[in-house]
Amino acid sequence: MSNEHIDEVSGVPTTGHEWDGIKELNNPLPRWWVWTFYITIVWAIGYTIAYPAWPMLNSATKGVLGYSSRNDVKNELAAAELAKAEYAAAVQSKTVSEIAGDDALREFAVAAGSAAFKVNCVQCHASGAQGSKGFPNLNDDDWLWGGSAEQIQQTITHGIRFASDPDTRLAEMPAFGEIITPDQIVQASAYVASLSGPVQDAKLVEPGAQVFAENCAACHGDNAKGNKELGAPDLTDAIWLYGSGETAIAAQIRAPRHGVMPAWVERLGETRVKELAVYIHSLGGGE
Amino acid sequence: MLDNTQVERLEAEAVNSARIRQPLYAPRKKVFPKRASGSFRRFKWLVMAITLGIYYLTPWLRWDRGPFAPDQAVLIDLANRRFYFFFIEIWPQEFYYVAGLLVMAGVGLFLVTSTVGRAWCGYTCPQTVWVDLFLVVERAIEGDRNARMKLDAGPWTARKLVLRLSKHTIWLVIAAATGGAWIFYFADAPTLIGEVFTGTAAPVAYITIAVLTATTYTFGGLMREQVCTYMCPWPRIQAAMLDENSLTVTYNDWRGEPRSRHAKKAQAAGQPVGDCVDCNACVAVCPMGIDIRDGQQLECITCALCIDACDGVMDKLGKERGLISYATLSDYNVNMAVATAGGSCSVNPSLVRTDGGAFSDKLAHFHIRKIFRPRTFIYMGAWSAIGLALVYSLLTRDRLEVNVLHDRNPQFVTLSDGSIRNGYTVKLLNMIPEPRTIIVTMQGLQGAEMNVVGVDLPADRSFAIAVEPDRLKTLKVFVRQPADQVGSATQTFKFRVEDKASFETDEYTATFNAPEIAR
Repeated sequence: MSNEHIDEVSGVPTTGHEWDGIKELNNPLPRWWVWTFYITIVWAIGYTIAYPAWPMLNSATKGVLGYSSRNDVKNELAAAELAKAEYAAAVQSKTVSEIAGDDALREFAVAAGSAAFKVNCVQCHASGAQGSKGFPNLNDDDWLWGGSAEQIQQTITHGIRFASDPDTRLAEMPAFGEIITPDQIVQASAYVASLSGPVQDAKLVEPGAQVFAENCAACHGDNAKGNKELGAPDLTDAIWLYGSGETAIAAQIRAPRHGVMPAWVERLGETRVKELAVYIHSLGGGE
Repeated sequence: MLDNTQVERLEAEAVNSARIRQPLYAPRKKVFPKRASGSFRRFKWLVMAITLGIYYLTPWLRWDRGPFAPDQAVLIDLANRRFYFFFIEIWPQEFYYVAGLLVMAGVGLFLVTSTVGRAWCGYTCPQTVWVDLFLVVERAIEGDRNARMKLDAGPWTARKLVLRLSKHTIWLVIAAATGGAWIFYFADAPTLIGEVFTGTAAPVAYITIAVLTATTYTFGGLMREQVCTYMCPWPRIQAAMLDENSLTVTYNDWRGEPRSRHAKKAQAAGQPVGDCVDCNACVAVCPMGIDIRDGQQLECITCALCIDACDGVMDKLGKERGLISYATLSDYNVNMAVATAGGSCSVNPSLVRTDGGAFSDKLAHFHIRKIFRPRTFIYMGAWSAIGLALVYSLLTRDRLEVNVLHDRNPQFVTLSDGSIRNGYTVKLLNMIPEPRTIIVTMQGLQGAEMNVVGVDLPADRSFAIAVEPDRLKTLKVFVRQPADQVGSATQTFKFRVEDKASFETDEYTATFNAPEIAR
């Protein structure tokens, strides 16, 4: 092999490599290309001086410009907070009804409330606020403690049966298994079920009404429409927190289950609670 | 132990040894194109005026769209995500029109290349047009080819400094005007030009001007032919687009060779003499710095200035024009066969001429028929089909649309009276720049009624919604069906929107979900 391989067609030296008969011409680069290459090297050196780059034992060099992406995020978050400040102040100073009545403010509160809901509430009420057995659906129009924005705010603020909050919503249905006879329980549950649909044994309904009037009407009302002051549910509608049907109703009369919801005001603050109340009220079932 | 004659000797050598190392770079050899004159040069002036005119003036054209839309004929409104082109307004989801135009541009490039070669490169490519413009400035200040070469080689005198400074200043002004014109496509031009000069325009406007000024100045003034040779992919692709019937700028060596500077002396000595007098006029005018007589080459942008230069010389010599001409490879091959007697000898000019000196009738000449061949028909067909499809789609497109998103979580809500409620996000698109009142109506879904959040009206099956001009309106809609009317777990119904004024309608088929037990 000679030292110089000259391509016959172009007269240009080749690199000396050959792949299946294909040789690579060794044309010199254009000068501007070479200079661009050198400039990128100089640029890279300057870049590592200006910006954080070189790894040291515990951290990396800071760079003379003092740039940090963490600071960028911090500044952006601060700017975002600042941009929200006007709305946040308005939410703080206004009542939930006033917020819900103002288009722009409601949009802001719903967005903020929706975010807070996803962090704090979905564990029980589910991601779409549809709840599950024992955990109320917040989309519907049936409210144990009232569905106005103010009432929802009150519920979130102080919770339900939350022992450490003196203002918590409190109601305790007695376990009637120890008060009335099993027969009476069957009769009462048949009566209650009959208020919203057909029952298996119509003969039980009349004595059941008697049992209801004596034991249940005090809280649930003579017409069984419930009482929001006491958190007593409406027994005539289609919505059942602990299940519909005579068996489920009988179980609830015998030994009622009681849900507990924490008071959120200490953890979230009043403003966030207001935003949550406006958001939940906007889900479509608010009164 | 092996002795040193037993060691196997490999056939290898260090590729990067200093003995064979090539120079790392080659300095650019400067090109000093001479001013050409002739019909192609005149055509190029015209194309240059038209293309530059389109570029600089388009943003200043006005087009009345009423009070609710900008009155700039061509405007890319990035902030509001709208593209205006005279009577056409494009929303982001209609971007396929632009994609279609790009496909047409691609196929159009194939069509043009397969018929007239690299016409795009030679006449209309911005690089060519701006280099031409920059060369006009250079010639006006420094003189034509010889003066410029002398100036470049000479020492740095005060005169050279003044000439160079003024040339680069004017180049920079042109470059800044080029970058400046670009931004007017993206905002209201008369407003923006005031802002630019008072320093109140957005930073991105100044950055754009700076970047485009730098690229225009560098590409048009400093790098010139190197952009085409080193940076542009098209010279590489075009080799695949040309065929033997494509017109390219060709040196017709079948009549030019053997070239001779001393034709009479050679003729007297009985040697064959071609038409080329080796005056190098074609080389002097070439903006790419090539010799077209070397044949087709990657660097040639087919600007045809060498044709003008050569025709001028042929006129002076009293010979036929067209020693360098637009010709196809097939014609060239026929003529070469004539000139070389079928390849049996080197080019002999006496073979292409009759005894009287006229061209032999065996020579092939370009005929317009050659443009119409299957390949160009396919390109033309594809190009027209896409164009027609775009026009059809443009003429029949909706300017009122409705999109519906069904709430998935929860899919349905049982209300206290047992009725089932589903939530929907209904998006009304009013795609014309006029306010409209859109009637939103439910079709199907027996007994169901809807509520629109924010509209304080009792539940109904139809609502009139005011929509702002050229805007999307998002509605939250709750649809409620009484328990005894719920048909199945999944029912379909339609949201129908209608503009009573223009009779435009659109429909969206939505689903209504209910629990199995509710039936």
